[in-house]
Amino acid sequence: MSIAAPPVAVVRQLSQHYRDVTALDDVSIEIPSGCVIGLIGPDGVGKSSLLSILAGARAIQSGEVVVLGADMSDRRAREQVCPRIAYMPQGLGRNLYPDLSVYENIAFFARLFGQARAERDWRIAELMEATALADFADRPAKKLSGGMKQKLGLCCSLIHDPDFLILDEPTTGVDPLSRRQFWDLIDRLRARSTSRMSVIVATAYMEEAARFDWLIAMNDGRILATGTPAELKAQTGAATIEDAFIALLPQDASRDHAEMPAKDELDGSHETVIVARDLTCRFSDFTAVDGVSFQIRKSEIFGFVGSNGCGKTTTMKMLTGLLPPSDGEALIFGRSMEAGNHESRSRVGYMSQAFSLYGELTVRQNLVLHARLFHLPLASAERRIAELIDRCDLADHLDGLAADLPLGIRQRLSLAVAIVHRPDLLILDEPTSGVDPVARNQFWRLLIELSRRDGMTIFVSTHFMNEAARCDRLSLMHEGRVLATDTPDGLIRAKGAQTLEQAFIAFLEQDAGVADPPVTLMPAQSAPHSQGKPTERGGQTVFSPRRLLAYTIREGLELVRDPIRLMFALFGTAFLMIVIGFGISTDVNNLTFAALDRDQSPESRAYLAELRGSRYFVEKPPLADYAELERRMKSGDIKASIEIPPNFGVDIKRGRPAFVSAWIDGAMPFRAETIRGYLEGTHQLYLSDPAVKTTRPQAASPVGVEIRFKYNQAFDSIYAMAPSTIALLLALFPAILMALAVVREKELGSITNLYVTPVTRLEFLVGKQLPYIAVALVNFALMYVMALTLFRVPMKGDVLPLLVGTVVYVITTTGFGMLISTFCRTQIAALFGTAILTVLPATQFSGMLVPVSSLSGVARVIGMGFPMTYYRPITVGTFTKGLGFADLGADILMLLVFIPVLTGLSLLMLPKQER
Amino acid sequence: MLRSLANIFWLGTKELRSLFGDVVLIGLVIYSFTVAVISQAQSSSQELHRASIAVVDEDNSELSRRIAAAFLPPYFQRPVYITQREVEPLMNSGRFTFVLDIPPNFQRDVLARRKPSVQVNVDATAMIQAGIGSGYALQIITTEVGWFVARSDVAVQAPVNLVTRIAFNPNVTTAWFEGVMGIINSVTMLAIILAGAALVREREHGTMDHLLVMPLSPFEIAMSKIWANALVIAVAVAVALYLVVRWYLQVPIMGSIPLFLAGTVLYLFFATAVGLFLGTIARSMPQLGLLYILVAVPINMLSGGMTPVESQPVWLATIMKASPSTHFVSFAQSILYRGAGIDVVWPQFVAVAATGALMLVLTIRRFRAAIAAAGA
Repeated sequence: MSIAAPPVAVVRQLSQHYRDVTALDDVSIEIPSGCVIGLIGPDGVGKSSLLSILAGARAIQSGEVVVLGADMSDRRAREQVCPRIAYMPQGLGRNLYPDLSVYENIAFFARLFGQARAERDWRIAELMEATALADFADRPAKKLSGGMKQKLGLCCSLIHDPDFLILDEPTTGVDPLSRRQFWDLIDRLRARSTSRMSVIVATAYMEEAARFDWLIAMNDGRILATGTPAELKAQTGAATIEDAFIALLPQDASRDHAEMPAKDELDGSHETVIVARDLTCRFSDFTAVDGVSFQIRKSEIFGFVGSNGCGKTTTMKMLTGLLPPSDGEALIFGRSMEAGNHESRSRVGYMSQAFSLYGELTVRQNLVLHARLFHLPLASAERRIAELIDRCDLADHLDGLAADLPLGIRQRLSLAVAIVHRPDLLILDEPTSGVDPVARNQFWRLLIELSRRDGMTIFVSTHFMNEAARCDRLSLMHEGRVLATDTPDGLIRAKGAQTLEQAFIAFLEQDAGVADPPVTLMPAQSAPHSQGKPTERGGQTVFSPRRLLAYTIREGLELVRDPIRLMFALFGTAFLMIVIGFGISTDVNNLTFAALDRDQSPESRAYLAELRGSRYFVEKPPLADYAELERRMKSGDIKASIEIPPNFGVDIKRGRPAFVSAWIDGAMPFRAETIRGYLEGTHQLYLSDPAVKTTRPQAASPVGVEIRFKYNQAFDSIYAMAPSTIALLLALFPAILMALAVVREKELGSITNLYVTPVTRLEFLVGKQLPYIAVALVNFALMYVMALTLFRVPMKGDVLPLLVGTVVYVITTTGFGMLISTFCRTQIAALFGTAILTVLPATQFSGMLVPVSSLSGVARVIGMGFPMTYYRPITVGTFTKGLGFADLGADILMLLVFIPVLTGLSLLMLPKQER
Repeated sequence: MLRSLANIFWLGTKELRSLFGDVVLIGLVIYSFTVAVISQAQSSSQELHRASIAVVDEDNSELSRRIAAAFLPPYFQRPVYITQREVEPLMNSGRFTFVLDIPPNFQRDVLARRKPSVQVNVDATAMIQAGIGSGYALQIITTEVGWFVARSDVAVQAPVNLVTRIAFNPNVTTAWFEGVMGIINSVTMLAIILAGAALVREREHGTMDHLLVMPLSPFEIAMSKIWANALVIAVAVAVALYLVVRWYLQVPIMGSIPLFLAGTVLYLFFATAVGLFLGTIARSMPQLGLLYILVAVPINMLSGGMTPVESQPVWLATIMKASPSTHFVSFAQSILYRGAGIDVVWPQFVAVAATGALMLVLTIRRFRAAIAAAGA
């Protein structure tokens, strides 16, 4: 190990604040190159902030950071150096795509670094060989175990041969064997690498830190100490790194840390509380839990130890009755915990894996709510809550929202809530993951106290070996099976090991049949470089179709593999087209009316006969009086009433002007207007009807008015509605799908790939847009065929302008969704944001119901700035008006203007670094 | 029983706190009952308002100018004079919805009783305006010519005269209709979203497992979500009716608002149950949003709040008449526009309550089944 080489990174006076939280507080450090550096410290002390800044993923607020000789606050320098850095963010497979296969994930990253096919192929083959992933090349990333996910993440990081590898908690939640294999792999890769790659690793496992070359201990945004593990231990006089770290903490943070109390021996009672016999849980394509059996005795602390995804949680869910076992049985207090068994359930306290209290409630409200739900009597509930507040040390946080609490305190609150009703059995699923060592010790002290003093039986799962060692007995789990069950000492003795971790590894190796097969790596020199020239590094091309394509392929694969989104994308428009096409009609017919004929003369009957002959009206039973008229109008039974007064016939005969009065239901204004038009039309017919002999012929009107309904002689609303609906749905659906696509990456964390790889924002946005443009065009084809066949709307004009207009239009509508997604943080906000910002202008201000030429004020401005205003004339124009390019060219040009505007705005709003 | 009620109550208080902690959803509630309602009310989409009109005046006489001048705001914009050649392109581009063509020698022919014709070209792709506006145009032209011929403002009395009066909304103002319908659309939308989100949120945060391990039944969990979300919406409806519709939009409300609110509460049992039902299907909030669009948009469009149910094809109208949303729109119109009392609307209340109860039973059954498969 040589520290003489220039440092790989230099940090000077770096400070970062997020709202009122200080993540990094005046950090200055030189990170030596060519070695493995461990960054240790509890959660939330700024480790991840520091690493993401080193990777260029996060913008620097104040201070100076130089990585590989490049100033990271300078965009150009950062772009030059980023192909030499690799970054694997925190969280299992957080920058991977769960629906893509192992191969597809690695290929995606290879394309991002601009590698051509030949180079990509040998690099992927080599890395999959080295990490033993070759056999799983086609398995989706979401179906990999934790250890395999991390190996895949590593492959993706190493695809471009970086000089500086940044790993943020790469092994959290991974079983000890996989963990060891992971570190061996890193060592082998480093040995192979000619440039002696520098690696910086953040970790929560203090045991692991001992094997690194150089350590940085962090707490509370500041660096506590640096040095080799031996130096740190010597400095504090501690035996282990964990103790050394605790000794380094300032006094107030470690004040609660005392040696664990010795556990008293269990009393002789052998009453069993939990019995699991051959518990099995099969999901459609894999077995999560496979024939697990164990017994837990009263008052003991029983541990379940294993990696993430080995079946611990599923077993616990079966015990608590959340999941029916496929086979075998689980008995608690001698009974099974099926749904409805309230009596057993009130004897169990459960703390699920994720923080599962209501973050939007305060600490006190959470406690009170649960006391109420368990029906503790009021007085004793208050006493109990006071006792728990004291015991779990929550007094300082009583009125704070649970979501704002630091993780360690949140876990104590979860525990307090789980035991509010004094259960006999406490089931805890990974209660301490992510909690710092001090808080973890405090938590365990509480557990031991509950077991020994209150006689509570505790069933706890963990992946921390030092916690497992504190249990009375434990089961080692792997891939759904229990490998061994015994006391910690018993397990260690059985394998002749020194620590529980070693014993676990021995059990895992025994289970696998053979020890980890030695993997031979091709030496770097003999790698078949001749098969493909390595991509030029350092130089950054302004635009690369290959990087763009990487996102297009990725997006397309993901869409095809998500059935709900795909169904929605392909058939959602067709479904709504049917609904709107059949349901929304401005043709008013089947109008109900009733007559109040107070004359009952031949003349009055002749007048009503004219109405009865109209195809628009349907007559209901006649009215007897005004009261009935009012009542039936009010209930909506009739939409119009015709009253003929007494002496109607007499007046006509005597040549006196006679009057008929009509009441029209004005509830729906446009229907009322239409009814008025129909009634007047029918009235004119009556006046000029030669068959009606009761009136004297009228003087002819001096003028004729010829109404010509252009474009739609039948005046049937479907001819306008069907083409308009195409425009409406192509505004809504592509925008929503596109908006979700971008925000999804933000929410799931894979947006980091935009921050730390050479891909540009334009490539990212356009690459993601292409599949949705394709989907929108498929939608258009479907709706076009539906309009022609289902709704029988003929295509009177040219198809070509419609096609050209449609292509341009869907680029703008997906662009609209893209713009909205650049300022939304969550998918749900993007969805509603897009829906609201699209539906209102699309239905109200784009000519759907009211022509744009009739709008005024804000409505007109919104209408003019919305693409649909220019596309609806194209659909209606080509379908119903029979127009061509000559008439529609201007609209197409206007649509074209939207494309650079929307894309440009999106680029401005989308940062290339996290802030 | 009492225990169960207490559970439902306490769980519901938690629902209320959770809802008020969700900025996006609260923003959506406020938007739906203010901006969305007001913009629909002020859209004038139900009436003839500022229709664009052009005149090709080939006569250029006193009568032709009188006719053109008779097309007045607010129904029409001031007419623009154009030439014969411009008619096609300007109508094609949608610049004008109506174009009058007054032939040469029109005034002379009228006075000579040769009955000349005025041509009214209507862009029939502007459905509502085209229909109402052509009727108005017919009447305006006939009246103007009649007056001109008689040289007085006394119209010739026909032997039989039709007097039409429009009840409940004498000036056929869009705002009266759309203001209330906007609220109704928002009720359906929010009931589905809020109830569905309450369930999905619980699932995403892992708190559902937590609830199910406690001595609570799926029925209690479902009911707590229904009452809490229904309460929020009912209160929002009341506030919106009094403040937005009555005070801000100045729309008179004929009937009893409390009676309407009672009906709304009945309807909310149905709508929130639909929301919970979708919540059991969706795995995440985005999926819920997509499902919502496919369910709520048709409900809102087809229930009679936009165009009349009786204009739909018979098969569709029959389906929609079974939906509580159609009854909801119908009794909302009866009570709020026509001032109907409980004596008139009780059959619809019963229908809504019955279908709502049915939906609730279905939802709770589905809820149990979904929970049994929760781990998958």
